[in-house]
Amino acid sequence: MSPAAKPTAKAAPAAKPAAKSNGAARAAAKPKLAIFGAASCGGCDIAIVNIHEHIVDVANAFDIVLWPTIMDGKYSDIEAMADGEITITLVSGSMRTDETIHLAKLLRRKSQFVVAFGSCASEGCIPGLANLSSRKQIIDTAFTTSSTDNPENVRPIYEYQAPEGVLHLPEFEPVLRTLDQVVEIDYTIPGCPPESKQIWAALEAVVKALNGTGPLPPKGSVLGAGDSTVCDECARKRNVKHISEFVRIQQVASFDPEICLLEQGLPCNGPATRNGCGALCPAAGAPCIGCYGAAEGVIDYGARLMSAFASVVDATKPEEIDRVLDGIADPVGQFYRFSLAGSLLRSSRSAWQDDGE
Amino acid sequence: MSTQTPVAPAPVEGTAQATGVAQAATFEPVIIGFTCNWCSYRAADLAGTARTKYEPNVRLIRLMCSGRLDPTFVLKAFAEGADAVLVSGCHPGECHYIEQNYKALRRFRLLQRTIEALGIEPARLQLVWASAAEGVRLANEINRVTDEVRELGPLNWPAGNLVDLDSADLDTAWEATGGDAGGPPEIPGGANPQHAAAKLPAAEAAR
Repeated sequence: MSPAAKPTAKAAPAAKPAAKSNGAARAAAKPKLAIFGAASCGGCDIAIVNIHEHIVDVANAFDIVLWPTIMDGKYSDIEAMADGEITITLVSGSMRTDETIHLAKLLRRKSQFVVAFGSCASEGCIPGLANLSSRKQIIDTAFTTSSTDNPENVRPIYEYQAPEGVLHLPEFEPVLRTLDQVVEIDYTIPGCPPESKQIWAALEAVVKALNGTGPLPPKGSVLGAGDSTVCDECARKRNVKHISEFVRIQQVASFDPEICLLEQGLPCNGPATRNGCGALCPAAGAPCIGCYGAAEGVIDYGARLMSAFASVVDATKPEEIDRVLDGIADPVGQFYRFSLAGSLLRSSRSAWQDDGE
Repeated sequence: MSTQTPVAPAPVEGTAQATGVAQAATFEPVIIGFTCNWCSYRAADLAGTARTKYEPNVRLIRLMCSGRLDPTFVLKAFAEGADAVLVSGCHPGECHYIEQNYKALRRFRLLQRTIEALGIEPARLQLVWASAAEGVRLANEINRVTDEVRELGPLNWPAGNLVDLDSADLDTAWEATGGDAGGPPEIPGGANPQHAAAKLPAAEAAR
């Protein structure tokens, strides 16, 4: 990943004068960029702005037609566009309401390339853990909890007859979906959020391809990340692969700064997680939580991680195995923290069965 | 494997199963069975050679070792319509590859915890040890698992169907709000052709 980031810095100054000479006269001919956050926290937008001065290069290279987080834009302007008029759309959130699904389909129709940007769009991320609960449970929790002052027990209604006409609110879908479960996608940029230097590397690759100075990444590629695992980038030493106890980080006063965290009993998700982040968490003494998603070739992130963890448990008797596994208090949270919506099973049974609305 | 000929009488332990078969004519579970090349697959073979009957609900897949069982296989089976998964391998201490069946055991224990948290009954994932000599034992275990799963009923995991759960209605609903002048957009390529096809009649009915 660092080799990918280095040429970036060199290429950037070269790109600037070219963009300037084009000037405002060619602004209309600039490729159009849309950035749309569906069900997301806004962290991806911050990560994009965090590419620092390269944001100027982005503004030079693209005509930004939609980016609700930072500028005014109208959905009707998008609707008025010709199909395929937008060159690239980055979608940084997951699909939770009928409105986001509609907009994802609209942007797909108007765009040449659609990128699942960040963990929410590509695998569901933290909002995807809502797939462990039914709509009713989610809304009850949000509207009637000890922290919510709601004496009249108000619930959201999706249609309201106002004097001016019927008002519609976006409707909550039964389950949260990833972008690729709703529309066809061209590329994925993983991460929660994607590392800023990786974002620029990925955008630059596409910009170069549009200028004709580089190859277009093949459809379906994962951009701005490696093709190995976090363990591969992690500087910690791995010696023995035997774990006799899983511990939680708050239970232990200190960990060896040199040795693999998994070996020390911390459930570290490095073995199943795609590299590209620079193994920042293990370097800081915290286990990898898997925000960069499944490593190359992995179909189901949690399955890969379960396989990895179970392989190194140092026990052969069922009761011994259970004692060790008891250390993983929340299996779904551990194995599917970022990837539940994009996993093979997608949701818990209660999400689709007890949907008592 | 499973003999279809009516001549073979059921083994002693197997006779009790016959009643269960007759009662549950409505639901026949689909069980995916992963067998080890060196023991349980041969046990199934032996059951066939010996004309020991077992329920035809199980679809056996041969692996080189139960340690080859990637949890992905199990989850994929559930996601794509299996009602249960049976994993079988050599008895502890008898693995052809020394200790890989212990890995299978640990993965099995961990998988059971995870699927339970996702709302799948742990009994839908079972582990059975059977040596190459234990054809009758394997047949009995398959019958027992089949009966247990019949009791549990169909799993009907909708993972794949969640794709287009209600998107046919969705565009119609959106159009009613006057949201998009262009009408319901096509899903280019579709998320999953299988489900796109399944969706077609509903979309036509809406028109």
